[in-house]
Amino acid sequence: MAFISGAKSAQDTKQLKKPTVVSTFKRDYQLWLMILPAIITVIIFNYIPMYGVQLAFREYDFTAGLTGGDFVGLKYFEQFINSHMFWDLIRNTLLISITTIVVGFPAPIILALLINQIRWKRGKKILQTTVYLPHFISIVVLVGLLNVLLSPNTGLLGLLIERMGFEGTNLLASIKAFVPVYVISDIWQHVGWNSIIYLAALASVDPQLYDAAKIDGANRWQIIRNVEIPAIIPTIIILLILNMGTVISTGFEKIFLMQNSLNLPISEVIETYVYKVGIISNQFSYAAAIGLFNTLINFSLLLIMNTIAKRVSRISLW
Amino acid sequence: MASVSMERIKNKKPGDLLFDVVVYSVCIFIFFVVAYPLYFIVIASVSDPTFVATGKVIFFPKGFSFFGYEQIFQDSRVWIGYRNTLFYAIFGTFINLLFTLPAAYVLSRQEFRARRFLMFFFVFTMFFNGGLIPTYLLMKDLSLIDTPWVFIFNPLTVNVFNLIIARTFFESNIPNEMYEAATIDGCTHFSFFQKVVLPLSKAVISVIGLYYLVWHWNDFFTGLIYIRNYDLQPLQIVLRDILLSNQVFAEGAGSGGTGGGYAQRYADQVKYGIIIVSTLPILMLYPFIQKYFEKGVLIGSVKG
Repeated sequence: MAFISGAKSAQDTKQLKKPTVVSTFKRDYQLWLMILPAIITVIIFNYIPMYGVQLAFREYDFTAGLTGGDFVGLKYFEQFINSHMFWDLIRNTLLISITTIVVGFPAPIILALLINQIRWKRGKKILQTTVYLPHFISIVVLVGLLNVLLSPNTGLLGLLIERMGFEGTNLLASIKAFVPVYVISDIWQHVGWNSIIYLAALASVDPQLYDAAKIDGANRWQIIRNVEIPAIIPTIIILLILNMGTVISTGFEKIFLMQNSLNLPISEVIETYVYKVGIISNQFSYAAAIGLFNTLINFSLLLIMNTIAKRVSRISLW
Repeated sequence: MASVSMERIKNKKPGDLLFDVVVYSVCIFIFFVVAYPLYFIVIASVSDPTFVATGKVIFFPKGFSFFGYEQIFQDSRVWIGYRNTLFYAIFGTFINLLFTLPAAYVLSRQEFRARRFLMFFFVFTMFFNGGLIPTYLLMKDLSLIDTPWVFIFNPLTVNVFNLIIARTFFESNIPNEMYEAATIDGCTHFSFFQKVVLPLSKAVISVIGLYYLVWHWNDFFTGLIYIRNYDLQPLQIVLRDILLSNQVFAEGAGSGGTGGGYAQRYADQVKYGIIIVSTLPILMLYPFIQKYFEKGVLIGSVKG
C-alpha cells in the first residue's frame, strides 16, 4: 500500500520525473506477478547457496544446517593447502582444463570454416545433421560408448589398437591416455554443435568483401585468411572468454564417470574430490572450502581472459 | 548470399581445385569419424556377440541375435528408470516453461523499470554459484533429498541461457504497437501474454522446451547427488550401473568374473542394446531438435 500511495504523489508532483520502480508499480503489478516465480526460485536455489559459501569459514553444525556453527576463519583452507592431495588436484584440474581449451577450442572454428567451403548443399546438410547428433547423447552413454569401444578384449578400437601391436593396452585404465581420451571424446561430442555459432557469423559476412577479394585475385585460401577469419574474430574472443570461465566446472560428471582406481592419480580433480569429501564422507565445511577455492580459480581465469581480450582487441564481456 | 558470391569465384586456379579436393576429403573423413561409432553401436546391438567381440562385425550386422534386447526388456530396473525419467522430464519441463516464459516476457518489456537490474540478477548466477556443498545442504535443509521434487526444483529450474533466448525472441517478434493495440481492446498483460504472445511464440517455446526436455532426459547429476532410494532413480543412474559398473544382469551374474570373456561378450551386447534403447527418444525427437535447436543458438547469439 505504501508503494501505491508513493506512486501517486510522485506522479502528481512531477510529471517530467523519470518513472521509478515504485512509481510504476501499480501499473506494472501484473508484470511483477509474472516474474515472481522465477525470482523466488533463483533466490532460493541460486542465491541462498551463494550465502552458504560462508560455511567454508565455519564449523559444520548438524542442527544449524546451512548457516553453520562456530567461526573458524581460514582453518579449512589451510588444511586443504597443506594436504597431500593439494598439488595433485591443482595439477590435474589445470592439465585437463587447459588441454581442453587449447585443443578443443579451435576445433569448431576449423570445422565451421570447412563446412562453409562446401558448395554441394545436400552434402553440407548431411554432414551438419551428423556432426550435431553426438551433442545430445548423455554423458553416461558417451562414457559407456568409450568403455565398450575401447575395451582391450572385445571393443572395436581396442581390437584395432591390439592389431597395431600395442598388446593389452587398456586406454581407460591408463594414466597416460586419460587426458587424450577425455579431450578427443569431448571434441567428438561437441565440435559440430559448437560450430553452429561460427557458421552463423560466417553467413553474415558482407558479400561485397568476397567480390573485392576476388577482384584482387585472391585464391580460396587467401579469402579464408583475409576475409572469413577476421570476420569471426569477435565471436571467437567472446566465446574464448566465456569458455575460460566455465571449463573447470563443466567436466565433473564426465571425469567422475571415467574414473577408475587405475587412472585416479591423473583423473582426480578438485570437483570430484569435493564430491568425495563432502557428499560421501560428510566433511561439509572442508569440502565447501575446497569448492570455494575452485570457484575462485574459475572466476580469476575469467577476469584474466577478459582483461587480456580488452587490451588486445577492445572486446569485453562488460 | 555468401554462397552466391562464392559461386562467382569459380575454380580458375589449379590451386583452388587442389583446395577443393582437400576440403572434401577432410569433410568425408570427419563424417565417418562421427557417424561410424554410432552406426557400429546399432549393428553391434543386433549381431551375434561372438562376431562382435572378435572384430568381424564391421560394415554390416552378422548372425542376428536379439539377446541383448531380450535381456533389457526383462530388466525391471530399466523400466522403473524409464518411467521415472519420463515423469521428471515431462513434469519438469512443464514447470521450467511455466517459470521461464512469463519471466522472459516481463524482461522483454521496455517500460518495465526493474528490467536491467533483474537481468543482472539472473545473469550473475551464470558466473557465480554456491557450489556443490552449499546447494546439497540447502536441499537437505529443505528436505528435498530423496524426493522427486529435487528433479524439478533445483538451480536449473530457471535456466538463464533459455531465459535470454526467450527474451530476445519476444523483443524482436512482439512489437510494442501490438501491445498498445491490445490494451485499447481492454487487454491486460496477463491476457495479452496468454492470447497473443504465446500463440505467436511457438518456435521459441519449442526451442527452449526441447532444451529443457533433453536436459532432464540426460540428467545424471541430480540422481547421483540427491537420491539414495533406487525406486526414484532416473534412467541415467540405471544406465551407469549397467554400462559402467558392469551390473549387466539384474541377478548380479555375468559381471565378467566366472564366465570370463564369454559372459563379457553377452554383457557387451546388452550394453550396445541399452545405449540404443535409452537414446531412442532423443533420436526420435532429433529431426525437430535439429531444426529448432539451431534456431535457438542463433537467437541466443544475437544478444549475449
